[in-house]
Amino acid sequence: MNVLNSIIEQLINGLRTGSIYALIALGYTMVYGIAKMINFAHGDIIMVGAYILYVFVSLLHIPAIPAVLLTTMACAVLGVVIEKVAYKPLRKAQPLAVLITAIGVSFFLQNIIQLIFGATPIPFGSIIKIPAITLGSITISGITLVTLIVTTICMVSLTLFINKTKAGRAMRAVSEDKGAAELMGINVNGTISLTFFIGSALAAIAGILFICQYEALKPTLGALPGIKAFVAAVLGGIGSIPGAMLGGILLGVIESLSKAYISTQLSDAIVFGVLVLVLLVKPTGLLGKQRKEKV
Amino acid sequence: MAMLEVKDLNVYYGLIHALKDVSFEVNEGEIIALIGANGAGKTTILHTITGLLQAKSGSIIFEGKDITKMPGYKIVSLGMAHVPEGRRVFAELTVYENLMMGAYTRKDKVEIANSLAGIYEHFPRLEERKNQLAGTLSGGEQQMLAMGRALMSKPRIILMDEPSMGLSPIYVNEIFHIIKEVSDGGTTVLLVEQNAKKAFSISDRCYVLETGKIIMGNDELSDESIKKAYLGE
Repeated sequence: MNVLNSIIEQLINGLRTGSIYALIALGYTMVYGIAKMINFAHGDIIMVGAYILYVFVSLLHIPAIPAVLLTTMACAVLGVVIEKVAYKPLRKAQPLAVLITAIGVSFFLQNIIQLIFGATPIPFGSIIKIPAITLGSITISGITLVTLIVTTICMVSLTLFINKTKAGRAMRAVSEDKGAAELMGINVNGTISLTFFIGSALAAIAGILFICQYEALKPTLGALPGIKAFVAAVLGGIGSIPGAMLGGILLGVIESLSKAYISTQLSDAIVFGVLVLVLLVKPTGLLGKQRKEKV
Repeated sequence: MAMLEVKDLNVYYGLIHALKDVSFEVNEGEIIALIGANGAGKTTILHTITGLLQAKSGSIIFEGKDITKMPGYKIVSLGMAHVPEGRRVFAELTVYENLMMGAYTRKDKVEIANSLAGIYEHFPRLEERKNQLAGTLSGGEQQMLAMGRALMSKPRIILMDEPSMGLSPIYVNEIFHIIKEVSDGGTTVLLVEQNAKKAFSISDRCYVLETGKIIMGNDELSDESIKKAYLGE
């Protein structure tokens, strides 16, 4: 019984981390789908989100819920501005130039934050103050509960938005064929902005949930979840929205189980090992589609 | 006054002078064919008209309005639709979703539903397959979808780029039959074709294009000149 309980608890932990990875992975995959670029600054939006939340909550004493909304909005706008300033002028440039620019933006964000707040970690207590609940003999912390609920809401709404709304349809059309989408009357630049807006908002939410768990701010805090989420997006099949969700959750669960039952030190190696294996068998990722190149 | 007036159009791809002082006009209700060999600039003309390419000089006037510098996405709501070369349906959207993308700029839900019913009546095949992904359709069906999608914007003029390309002879005949029907329904048609004979047979007037220049208007056309344009000699 105890073994079972411990497995269930590890699974829940894995779901919690995994759903955060999934939220971040969605940003990578949506941007890749539309702009055909890997936005390496995406992880740093998480970090900026955590700092903005800190400013609102600890320095300006804004209550938690409005602070969360303001943070999400600020990051969403930041994402749009980054696209307009850094990536849009390179829309027709070679992919390598865009990639290097994205890495540059990543450094820029980290250094700006370091300039303002310093490199010393700042302690920042969780804003989620919900007591743990006990189901039978399993205890689920308040943070875990909130994380699971919030990420589920985000993923369900995003799926509905992409599949059922006119704007979501337009987004899918643009990701397939920008020229044909333009002929339909779709403002392609507007759609790209919307993608960055949504992706960055999701990253901000992930950042908030992440910081509630780790309770310390530093300018590089986005790097690791960012790269893990990128792995999750590739694992699920980059460009595929359900793929990003699946990849993120799988990654979190594998990581949590290997930490608990195999080795804490080796957990990252195991996670990346799984990625290598999956890509060997299925290079497009779990749910990725082989895109036919048109002649 | 002509419905669509293209005047002294010059377009470059980098250093390549793709269109050289191209001028022609389309009157309301006509079917106009642009014919010429591969690389003559036919597709370039259509892309420049609908804003996918920008002209270096010259003007494009549609119903009295200068659209030369207008961004592509604003043009469809003026009443101009473009069926691109190679169909370019959204393969991962369903047939229904593709058709609805055609009505993207329209607001009135009842009117859109009416147009959709009209398209399904015209193309029963599309209705049968409305929940299928467009990528799973045959080439001919995709061409019908591309046309249906363009018609969903309720255009007053429709630009068609090589609608018969890569289709079996049966479909070719059907597509030309549909073009005629679209025209009879009151929509002006600007048709780009390599199948010069077919294009000639349904069009009111033709322009022959050779290496970026219009070398012949309607009056000078004979079978001999079509052959020449076709072979690009």
